[in-house]
Amino acid sequence: MKPKETAEHYILSSSPHAHGRASVSRIMLDVIIALLPTTAAGIWFFGMPAVWTIATCVSTCIVTEALCRLAMKRENTIGDLSAVVTGLLLALNLPAGLPLWMAVVGSVFAIGVAKQVFGGIGMNPFNPALAARAFMLISFTGPMTTWLKPFWWKTPEAMTTATPLAVMKTWFGAEAMSSATPHGLCNAACKGVPGLWDMAVGNIPGCIGEVSAIALAIGAAYLLFRKVITWHIPVAFIATVFVYSLIAGGAPATMQVLTGGVLIGACFMATDYVTSPITAKGKLIFGCGCGLVCMLIRQFGSYPEGCSFAILIMNAVCPLINRWTQPKPFGAKK
Amino acid sequence: MKTVKSNFKFKGGVHPDYNKELARGKAIERMPVPAELVVSMSQHLGAPAKCLVKAGDFVTRGQLIGEKNGFISVCVRAPAAGMVKAVEKRLGPAGGMADAVILDTTQPPPPPNPINPVKTPSPILPPLDWKTASREELLSRVEQAGICGMGGAGFPTAVKLNPPPTKRCEYLVLNGAECEPYLTADFRVMLERADRIRLGVEIMRKVLGGPAVRIAIEANKPEAIAAMEKAFADIEGNVEIVVLPVLYPQGSEKHQIYATVGRVVPEPPALPIDVGCVVENVGTAAAIADAVEKGEPLLERVTTVSGDAVAEPKNVLAPSGTKYSDLVAFCGGEKEPPAKVISGGTMMGFAVSSLEIATTKTTSGLLLLSKRRVFQYASGACIGCGRCVRACPMNLNPALISRVVDANDIKAAEDAHVMDCIECGACSFGCPAYRTITQSCRRAKNSIRARIAAEKAKAAAAAAKEAK
Amino acid sequence: MTIAIAVIAGVGLVAAVALAVADRYLSVKEDPRIGMVTAALPGANCGGCGFAGCDGYARALVAGTAPNGACAAGGDACAKEIAKILGVEATATERRVALVKCCGTRSEAIRVGDYNGICDCNVAASTAGGDKGCRYGCLGYGACANVCPKGAISIHDGLAKVDKRLCIGCGKCVTACPKHIIELVPASATIHVLCANPDKGPAVRKVCGVGCMGCHLCEKNSGGKEAGHFEFQGFLAKVNYANPPDDEQIVAKCPAKCMSVDPHFETGH
Repeated sequence: MKPKETAEHYILSSSPHAHGRASVSRIMLDVIIALLPTTAAGIWFFGMPAVWTIATCVSTCIVTEALCRLAMKRENTIGDLSAVVTGLLLALNLPAGLPLWMAVVGSVFAIGVAKQVFGGIGMNPFNPALAARAFMLISFTGPMTTWLKPFWWKTPEAMTTATPLAVMKTWFGAEAMSSATPHGLCNAACKGVPGLWDMAVGNIPGCIGEVSAIALAIGAAYLLFRKVITWHIPVAFIATVFVYSLIAGGAPATMQVLTGGVLIGACFMATDYVTSPITAKGKLIFGCGCGLVCMLIRQFGSYPEGCSFAILIMNAVCPLINRWTQPKPFGAKK
Repeated sequence: MKTVKSNFKFKGGVHPDYNKELARGKAIERMPVPAELVVSMSQHLGAPAKCLVKAGDFVTRGQLIGEKNGFISVCVRAPAAGMVKAVEKRLGPAGGMADAVILDTTQPPPPPNPINPVKTPSPILPPLDWKTASREELLSRVEQAGICGMGGAGFPTAVKLNPPPTKRCEYLVLNGAECEPYLTADFRVMLERADRIRLGVEIMRKVLGGPAVRIAIEANKPEAIAAMEKAFADIEGNVEIVVLPVLYPQGSEKHQIYATVGRVVPEPPALPIDVGCVVENVGTAAAIADAVEKGEPLLERVTTVSGDAVAEPKNVLAPSGTKYSDLVAFCGGEKEPPAKVISGGTMMGFAVSSLEIATTKTTSGLLLLSKRRVFQYASGACIGCGRCVRACPMNLNPALISRVVDANDIKAAEDAHVMDCIECGACSFGCPAYRTITQSCRRAKNSIRARIAAEKAKAAAAAAKEAK
Repeated sequence: MTIAIAVIAGVGLVAAVALAVADRYLSVKEDPRIGMVTAALPGANCGGCGFAGCDGYARALVAGTAPNGACAAGGDACAKEIAKILGVEATATERRVALVKCCGTRSEAIRVGDYNGICDCNVAASTAGGDKGCRYGCLGYGACANVCPKGAISIHDGLAKVDKRLCIGCGKCVTACPKHIIELVPASATIHVLCANPDKGPAVRKVCGVGCMGCHLCEKNSGGKEAGHFEFQGFLAKVNYANPPDDEQIVAKCPAKCMSVDPHFETGH
């Protein structure tokens, strides 16, 4: 017979017994909140196709996460909202108007292959959303590089166009081939290059979430304010891109920063905790590396845009950077 | 004497909810001696004292009942008169078992029997004039009074005040930071017993050969700063009150030395004295003053009884060995059933399983927390957010340590300098995955210490074999 | 074509000569018996013998610095084989297996708190002394199971249980247990006292429904003190494994229900 339990029955745990009440789900919620402005901007410019893409990606990611955890007989983790963040980030990195079944395939890849195969949150070596985007870019190259014009419904005769970076790429490519660039070509290309204001508000073709620099900046400011991210990666990333394009010439530096995936990449993708270094020094190295690889791809690669590949490559280097940048204990010999 | 702001800010640290207002305004209240005392032989750091009494013995207040047992050890004196009910192993606040003398204080010792005199109980120590007493006399008094560090670790004070002759003490740092949430015991002592602290400082200064004195107080205790300024106003020599920014763990020895004098204590096994510093708690200073001037050994201390499940939070002056249940009863009992009982503060205190456990010379607080104030650790995966790295005042990589300890790779934890960890809990405090980071560090440290001890034993055995 | 053949053949020849020279001058002479002894050992590398793996023990054996028979995992057969190789006497050993001396399951032994932390007995024991009311009770957080090289230990209902068939008696669990309640016992012994609490009966009863109270009934029922089947430490009965009892009736007659017949097979493997 069991003896009577004592009346007092306390929780026994190791110190500390106080907690700052930060939680993974709250952090993820903050990221979602920070992504709302750019989500709204994407929907404003690209209309219903953007809505459908976002809804598809988010819901598919949640369902995939739940099914994977079920299959692995592990506890359900959709409550931590990381699947929502992955779905949203993936959607924001896709062109509006992409066939929805492709978005489904990409989302399943993001959660199933890039995240849960490695053991779920905290274990993935690559940013799931970017891994899925790279996968889709290779698998569905055509649809993934077909861009709706902002407010495409107003110009039914030409709904799609090339992104500013692609335009610049063609232009500079041609320039490199023939030293005497025909003025006509230049002018034609320059017509495709938007003005500063358009780039800032996002009135340019591109992925749903990457077009509006202002919306992205608002989101990044919120993340910094909430101390979800630190300034190191975004600043190092953007500064490297800026300085590189100043030195290397080609497209104007402001355009290199404001168009394409640099802003969303630097503020939301490269700052992904799991796949970026943990120390401040490591973050700076990581950010610079992202910027550098991104610009190398833009200048020398066959893709006009290299941001996602740059971050993925740096993700792979992240464990090494972490190893280099272990903090020295307080009081340790220098 | 002047008051200065700290010029050195250490990296990391966190800002927990201090909750000090619960007991901050409560003057120190002396508690009547409870009917039963559980006096542990292991109230300090180091070897437990050797018990000198047995069941049935009568003891007088202040009588030596536990003898110092080794170099790093402290004697134990009876906190009150009474009869020894039993000497048995009891669970201490930190979770270890140690011999304890169970005293029935309702049975005072009988008058001495002239026919068959019981061994005459040693009297309480005679008062000493600190100005004329020699350094050795003062040191031996601190030792006889059974004084150990009252900040929490309980290092034997006589040992600390007697550094090896090769090392010189340049700074005496007086720790009045009290950065632990809820605790206000040191704060009240600074407010109400400032003159005792000053006397203690002067005695320690004499013993240590006249070092400069730095009194460290966090900026959130302006009343304490004022009280200390007043008490130390006319003191001679190099004495400064250093106002520290409010940041946990400002009370950590290493960080306090850095904040007050800008020196960095090297990695273990280096001690503060290696950079010419000795750190003592304000309560210890007051205890030294009493031991020397009044001949009063360390028999009681101020303990903050607080938390949202206590009816009336108080700063209680209670004999060491008072059971937690008696302390809680003195504070009006429980307001609601506590979900967690903590001996010490919320950052570094120990959760205890029962109110039958008794206070020691180092019990600075007793917290009863309701369910609302308690959180549960979870074994969520590390998401690598780096909050622990930013919070760690020792500049370690707690995330890495926690991961490798999860994988049972203690060697990797050692390579990550886990032995430097001061177990302040700043990492776990901020962890969004609610991981048991501090406990992982503790686990690694225990395991490494056990391995080193085993290696030493093996080497000693081998040496003994060789000698044969 | 001929040139190619010549070149390849030439390279091959040079390499062959180099290898032959290396073998002649750079090879390390090793006692061939080391290999043979290593092969005779079970190869579990459990370290139970006190050496770094089976190879380490084999070297020590060949060097004559270790006694034959220290390998608990290999047991008698292994010792005999080694004796044959080395031409030395085999010290007779009996196969021993680990026994967890606690039967205070979650339904029998009280817990004094809700432990919330790392699932490891050592850290659990250092957190407020552990959450089990009995200071000698199995905490069930698997420190022993974690170090078992054979996966012979599993946790059932808050108790560690050893699978006798898998246990090789290396003793790693004995040192890993913070409560020191695991003992290596002869595999042939069937009757065990599953309690390690030497406290008085009432104190034991307060924390556990199946703790030994030291009533000596087991001793009486097995032929009294003279029979010498049991030893007592405080108020705790211990089986004298040098002279184990064999009457299973005494188990049923134990009023505290802390005895068991072959508890090892309860693991469910």
